Amino acid sequence: MSRYDLTRIPAVKTLVVNRWPQFILRAIALAGFVVAILAGLFGTPVGSRNLSIVFVWIAWWALLILAAVPLFGRGWCTVCPIPMAGEWLQNGAVLGPRKKETGDWRLVTGNLQSPIPSLRLRQWPKRFRNIWLQNGGFALLALFSAVVLTQPKVTAVILAIFLFLAVGTALIYERRAFCRYLCPVGGFIGLYSQVAPLEVRVRDMAICASHTEKTCYTGNADGYGCPWGVFPGGLVKNTTCGACMECLRTCPHDNIAIQIRPVGADLTVARGRKLDEAFKAFIMLGSAVVYSAVMLGPWGWLKTTAYNVGSLAWLGYALAFLLFILGLLPGIFYLVTWAGMGQRVNLRVVRQRFTANAYALVPLGLAAWIAFSLSFVFANISYLWPVLSDPFGWGWDLLGTAVTPWTPYLSRIVPILQTLVLVGGLAWAAVTARKIAEEKRGGTALPAIAYCFFITVGMLWLLIG
Amino acid sequence: MNVETAVLPQKRFTIKHGSWLVLSLLALAVVFAPLPTGTAVPTTHTLHLEASSFAFSPAILEVNPGDLVTIELTSTDVVHGLYLDGYDLVVTADPGETAILTFTADKSGTFRFRCSVTCGALHPFMIGKLKVGPNLLLWRGIALSVLAALIGLWRFRQ
Ligand code: SF4
Ligand SMILES: [Cu+2]
Repeated sequence: MSRYDLTRIPAVKTLVVNRWPQFILRAIALAGFVVAILAGLFGTPVGSRNLSIVFVWIAWWALLILAAVPLFGRGWCTVCPIPMAGEWLQNGAVLGPRKKETGDWRLVTGNLQSPIPSLRLRQWPKRFRNIWLQNGGFALLALFSAVVLTQPKVTAVILAIFLFLAVGTALIYERRAFCRYLCPVGGFIGLYSQVAPLEVRVRDMAICASHTEKTCYTGNADGYGCPWGVFPGGLVKNTTCGACMECLRTCPHDNIAIQIRPVGADLTVARGRKLDEAFKAFIMLGSAVVYSAVMLGPWGWLKTTAYNVGSLAWLGYALAFLLFILGLLPGIFYLVTWAGMGQRVNLRVVRQRFTANAYALVPLGLAAWIAFSLSFVFANISYLWPVLSDPFGWGWDLLGTAVTPWTPYLSRIVPILQTLVLVGGLAWAAVTARKIAEEKRGGTALPAIAYCFFITVGMLWLLIG
Repeated sequence: MNVETAVLPQKRFTIKHGSWLVLSLLALAVVFAPLPTGTAVPTTHTLHLEASSFAFSPAILEVNPGDLVTIELTSTDVVHGLYLDGYDLVVTADPGETAILTFTADKSGTFRFRCSVTCGALHPFMIGKLKVGPNLLLWRGIALSVLAALIGLWRFRQ
């Protein structure tokens, strides 16, 4: 398929390879992150007047799901501040790789000094080299979402936990293990980065094959070995590529490119499909449905139930939530996959097709999240102006916008946009399902498409019905 | 062999584009077809609406297009408000008092209304619906979804 190599443009190449532009963006993000934690801890407990809630759950979320993920895939991971401190410690440097004073700057697997004296960095345990922990982390957080999204203190504590876990992981395990295997956000960004029109890939595999040192993986004087533990020559999908740009710096043969590609190109790549990723698709799709019902629906009792963490009713809600995303949605999809394959197939093949078909849910789920976020974000983004002037809710007025009244934006247009996004997501999912079904032993796509259709109608009903 | 390869691509081309044309025309028809929004004679409605943290009761209001609507908003606990999406109208009710919002329901469809005064943790999610006649956007959306599903089922090849 056709690709356009952006890094052939010298200006782009320079902007990416030079460490400063990325570092400045990350530093700004880090400052915002720290201020959000402080505001959450010490500012007003009123969520809509506290920078932590408004910044993180409205502004950042809007940027992430409406722009960064659909356009740049892991673009957020490129500038994410969470792993920064851990990387500085691991690298013994803030900008660029470890200097030569230890005699060796190379991140040779299993041979890397931990920032803790006399401790060697370990490889991430084999058993957890998948995204099941990220699936679990996201599902767990989702159960508390009504509290997390509205209580500044809780948001601050969660952000701080992210930071501590990231640093802690970096002291014990190689590279950005937190990002790749633990971060609940990173998990779904990876899943949805498959739809993005951008990718980092090697230009010529033959050059990699003959380059025995593989400095993109081991690191050299120009950059770290892949922080995500990925060998770029083996990349077929965006999921595990953190878009950190290191391999563009370390490859001595100028063999790495950032390419514009057809959207969703990864979804129909049969190689490397996995059950944990399939489940991520269900968890995300199901959460979008549940959130739309709980947060944007007219049912007050449901909101209170989701909010009263620890109550019996909440336990019921949590159980129902988990059953829905981990049992009902995948269960029906499994049956539907089975139905699409006719008789006389063994269950191993059904399971394999179940995983394969689930990749059609990626555009559907992303569309569901975008549609959900559109109403939530445009209705509430005007809270941003007061908190920019008064981040802690202490009565400051830094920019003169402290008393800007709350006004929903585009309230006439948002339902139309939501409809178009959901229908577009369905069309994309349907085409993907058909392409996947055309693979060997694919069966018919009809049942999977019907499944996507009913989810779309359900989302339409929840959001604009 | 030669004849086949010369003819077939063009034939595929025609079928594929024909299908797209049909689908696009259908989509346009779904989006722009004038549909009736209700024939009821406009009347006057007074709707009583109770706001309490964090719900409106009743949460779903129904009127007909053209009706003169009066919403009596009472708050049972703290100050709540009502912002009506699409109409961009606001009213605020102090606890125990009744605030009144009167308007003509001249836009049909289903509109969310939401609390406009920060009233506690779940305030941003305090939401109800006003239905003015049939929800044509929803029906058009469902019809478009059928077409979207067909795009997947359609086998453009051969
Ligand atoms: S450094 Fe460049 S040439 Fe060498 S293996 Fe990595 S991408 Fe290939
Ligand atoms: Cu309220």
